[in-house]
Amino acid sequence: MSIFQAVKMSLKSISSNRMRSFLTMLGIIIGVAAVIIMVSLVQSSTAQIKAQMESMGTNMISVMLTGRGSVRNLSINDMQKLVDDNTDYFLSVAPVLNGNPTIKAGTENDVTSLIGTNQHYSSINNAEVEFGRNITERDCLNRSKIVVIGKYIQNRFFPGENPIGKEMKISGQVFTVVGVLKAKTTTIAQSSQDDRIMIPYTTAQRLLRNTAIRSYSFQAANAEVAEKASQKLEDLLLKLLGDTNAYRVMNQAEMLESVQSITGTMSLMLGGIAGISLLVGGIGIMNIMLVSVTERTREIGIRKAIGARRSSIMTQFLIESIVITLLGGALGILFGIAGTSAIGKAISLKTSVSLSVIALSCGVSIATGVFFGWYPANKASKLNPIEALRFE
Amino acid sequence: MIKIENMYKIYKMGDNEVRALDGINIHILKNEFVAIVGPSGSGKSTLINMIGCLDTPTSGKYYLDGIDVSRINENKLADIRNRKIGFIFQSYNLLAKLTVLENVELPLIYMGLSKSKRHALAKDAISRVGLSGRENHRPNQLSGGQQQRVAVARALVNNPSLILADEPTGALDSKTGQELLAMLKDIHSNGNTIVLITHDKEIAQNAKRIITIRDGKIHQDSEVKAQ
Ligand SMILES: Nc1ncnc2c1ncn2[C@@H]1O[C@H](COP(=O)(O)OP(=O)(O)OP(=O)(O)O)[C@@H](O)[C@H]1O
Ligand SMILES: [Mg+2]
Repeated sequence: MSIFQAVKMSLKSISSNRMRSFLTMLGIIIGVAAVIIMVSLVQSSTAQIKAQMESMGTNMISVMLTGRGSVRNLSINDMQKLVDDNTDYFLSVAPVLNGNPTIKAGTENDVTSLIGTNQHYSSINNAEVEFGRNITERDCLNRSKIVVIGKYIQNRFFPGENPIGKEMKISGQVFTVVGVLKAKTTTIAQSSQDDRIMIPYTTAQRLLRNTAIRSYSFQAANAEVAEKASQKLEDLLLKLLGDTNAYRVMNQAEMLESVQSITGTMSLMLGGIAGISLLVGGIGIMNIMLVSVTERTREIGIRKAIGARRSSIMTQFLIESIVITLLGGALGILFGIAGTSAIGKAISLKTSVSLSVIALSCGVSIATGVFFGWYPANKASKLNPIEALRFE
Repeated sequence: MIKIENMYKIYKMGDNEVRALDGINIHILKNEFVAIVGPSGSGKSTLINMIGCLDTPTSGKYYLDGIDVSRINENKLADIRNRKIGFIFQSYNLLAKLTVLENVELPLIYMGLSKSKRHALAKDAISRVGLSGRENHRPNQLSGGQQQRVAVARALVNNPSLILADEPTGALDSKTGQELLAMLKDIHSNGNTIVLITHDKEIAQNAKRIITIRDGKIHQDSEVKAQ
């Protein structure tokens, strides 16, 4: 008996029991769809994070001071001196103070993320000023109460008007808006990179009641020396602080790597969880196939009596479970692709489903069919014809 | 063609043992028409299942066309059932989900014939049993007599040399039973060997030889006088 005949037979028996076949497939459908959605979402957000990080500024090296002493021993002036003494390696440095103050303009208020920094932050981190002006050195010296706002803040608090010169309260203190940053995202949503404000770091130290600056962004002189510059920075900091645990230097390549390793683990974990539902689906198939073998004992007896070999019966039942899982897998892929794009829309993430995920889930569903169909098929093929014929 | 020597089939149920076949010796030649009769439970079905290679004896020898059937493997046995033997059951044993044509084709599928050959042979067999035009009916859309004729067509389709029928008329009225018998006689006249189990004395009289079985033993084995 040819495989083609076996496929035809199995399609016949699947279609003659449509409801049951569908319910059997459901486990596989859900399993495959879940694997595709989970893995695709993780892959898509990884791609997004990567794109964001690349847009965050080229040649950026960030430094975190971790020990108490190191913050006391190193000020922004020391950092600036490192830059000035090593102009082959570094272009500039910006302190970074983070906060989440409540801001208010008119009757509206909201919480946003605040960056306290200097004039260099804009170029180091690709935070271009669209109109108005950037923070200046003078602003920092004078502790000016000026603010450069992100695009989302402009849209939210000053829709349809020019915000430059307008007043805005940050944690209760009055600031003057002097500039607006160019949009970094297409959606300009809340909590995105456009939902932020930038003020002089000296003003931020007062506002946040925090004089300790732990975080700095350095810009390497150019792309070629970026790697060397981050090594140089480590050496300099080690010399100054004498303790490798007192600071942490990260360049973009490293940050990308760490993001990728996190998302890699995540996609493995989520894929694994989804894989368990595939396993459950497979057990469902085995169960139904066992019932089907019992139900069709007489049929098996008849087929054997008219000359079906054991291998023919085996093939018939095995193909049947493979066809069920393949159909389920195909439906699961459709639902998975649809689900991925639906969820992507809902959380405004640009999604794509990679071919490798589809190939993987196809392979897994065939393997499930073979693995869980084997035992029932084998059982069917081993039936003694005369006992099978007598079975009621 | 068929040679059975000292065949036993013993079922053990706890302390009891049932001797379904109790030392059977039979020799059936090519193109014989044999009827097997005997009371219920005497071992007729057990015997015909042995002849049809569906069951294995507890002990004894069975030669089919000179081949020692008890010594060959399962696949060869399946092939023998497929090519040499046509089985007609009392309860038809058609596959309910398949059409008449598909049911008749089934042995040919396991033989590995091409679709066009299968169609031609199956249609031919269906017309031989007078069911042309019903190819696409399902068994439950046919009367009992028609269903049994489908079973006959299925048994004939691969042109086996041996046709075995276990009470084929058991579920039919006497008129349809007679029709079926006429069909078997026709098949016999084409050179096939036929072994038929029946309870009906009249039907048995149509055979050339009658074997009577009682308690798993051959009670009587006699030629039928030409009428
Ligand atoms: N699987 C089995 N297990 C136990 N005993 C069995 C089994 N199959 C048959 N027998 C016994 O073997 C004996 C012969 O059975 P068989 O079916 O051959 O009778 P039969 O002559 O065909 O009867 P009938 O005319 O009623 O069909 C019976 O006593 C039956 O109970
Ligand atoms: Mg019987």
